[in-house]
Amino acid sequence: MSRLRNYPGFLGMTIFCLVLLYAPLIIVMIYSFNESASITRWGGFSLVWYEDVFFGAESAKFKSAAWNSLVIAVCAATSATVIATLAALAMLRGGSFRGKSASFALINLPLMVPEIVTAVATLIFFSTIGFQRGLLTILLAHIVFCIPFAYLPIAARLQGIEAHFEQAAMDLYASRWQAFRLVLMPLMMPGIIAGFLLAFIISLDDFIITNFVKGAGIETLPTAIFGAVKQGIKPNIMAISTLMLLVSVVFVTASYFVSKLGNQNR
Amino acid sequence: MAGQLPSNDDSAAFAPARVWLMLPTWALIGFFLLLPVLLMLVYSFLTKEFRGGVIWEFSLESYDRFFLDRGLFGDEPPKIEWTYIGIFWRSAWQAGLATLLCLLVGFPTAWFIATRPPQTRSIWLFLVTIPYWVNLLIRTVSMKFLIRDNGPVNELLMALGVLDAPFTMINTNFAVQLGLFYSYLPFMVLPIYAAVERYNFALTEAAADLYATRWVTLWLIVIPVVRPGIIAGSILVFVPSLGAFLAPDLLGGAKNWMIGSLIEDQFKGAAGNWPFGAAVAMVLLSVVLVVLFIYARSQTRAGAR
Repeated sequence: MSRLRNYPGFLGMTIFCLVLLYAPLIIVMIYSFNESASITRWGGFSLVWYEDVFFGAESAKFKSAAWNSLVIAVCAATSATVIATLAALAMLRGGSFRGKSASFALINLPLMVPEIVTAVATLIFFSTIGFQRGLLTILLAHIVFCIPFAYLPIAARLQGIEAHFEQAAMDLYASRWQAFRLVLMPLMMPGIIAGFLLAFIISLDDFIITNFVKGAGIETLPTAIFGAVKQGIKPNIMAISTLMLLVSVVFVTASYFVSKLGNQNR
Repeated sequence: MAGQLPSNDDSAAFAPARVWLMLPTWALIGFFLLLPVLLMLVYSFLTKEFRGGVIWEFSLESYDRFFLDRGLFGDEPPKIEWTYIGIFWRSAWQAGLATLLCLLVGFPTAWFIATRPPQTRSIWLFLVTIPYWVNLLIRTVSMKFLIRDNGPVNELLMALGVLDAPFTMINTNFAVQLGLFYSYLPFMVLPIYAAVERYNFALTEAAADLYATRWVTLWLIVIPVVRPGIIAGSILVFVPSLGAFLAPDLLGGAKNWMIGSLIEDQFKGAAGNWPFGAAVAMVLLSVVLVVLFIYARSQTRAGAR
């Protein structure tokens, strides 16, 4: 049987795939610990560039960018998760209604429109209605493209929960709100947390749309990094990249274990 | 008894509230994405003002500029303008090649992972998933660091004696291709993995009983069965590659523009022609929607079969 499943060279391809995916990240990680100010020569192990990120000449710029990124990601992911949870209830527990497939298309619209087109359209829109570009415009744009990412795990989870649960609750005179709050929401929690975490990462990572809708002088971490890279890759950029990489890995790992736990509890 | 209970599909416990539940989604995506896209369509037919503004006057100038060349003073008979079509063509070509390369590497990887025993399978899958969620900007910057003239790749090749002088990869079409391939590879692996995981290996056994070799089975049985996963993965690679901005900007430099660079330049860069930028974005969006429409049609047809 295993002879039929295994193809020669497929293991090699898999290893090639993983090396290609990881090599650039690992090499940047290694060079972030380089003592030397040159990005080419290895000058010994040191944490000097991490010190530079937190206390160096550019630290104020990066700190405010990191703060902006964090605030936007928390607000956008929270709003998107709430909105997506409500939408999932309507789509999966709202019966069939006119405009259901249009609603489904609308939820997925941010995934279908190329990022650069969304960026251009949003910029034109805010500039036409005379909306001052700043943190609020970034936040609104982020909420919109985070909705489908939050929706996917939440809807997948809700689809796996049988309708008997809320029906039993409502037969016992729970109001719709109580049926949701006390029965459905606890069951949906792994999906809601996974959706929040994915939306958070997506918001934290976004560069193109943020770059278009941000106001002058307002930076998030990706736009600050992009601006710095345009001047040349410096070792402190590699230290920041390594830190952001670790944040992503922690979040993805968390979301992986949350959904795994949720599946075991079922 | 159980059969009389309503199934999930017609569960309607929240039906009376559904308008209120959907309202935030309709309002936000409708107002901040659908409406802006329609406004962008309008913008592409407006007249350009100097320094980024527009005059609210109907004009076909942006599309005319994109497709036609009327000479320096605009009074020569129109010829086809190849500059922008050329950038589109290069983008389509690069995106197509990236899709093909991702498929060549992604299919064996997805197959290999899906045929592991369950415990190790989730570890392999997790390893492929992590780069999918790592910041694309950081990944692209890392690739730039790796392949620059005196970067680690060139140093290694020179230390091994393969090269005498650094081989210039950065700011070439090759670098852009490498960037796209690297950026979107996980997008190919994951949908094919999902399709292979559902594949019924009794089909492979039946083929083997009938003396088909493994490769014949792969070509005649496996690939047709997992085709939906292959097509989904190809779209997930092709569409973002076509509109990519970071890979051509950071790895390709000024000479290897793709559509994304052309659009960005109209809004953030030196060109400052918003109606033209809107028109280019409209052309890109139309191409993407046509691709997605063909995909959706093939899906419903496959579903009907």
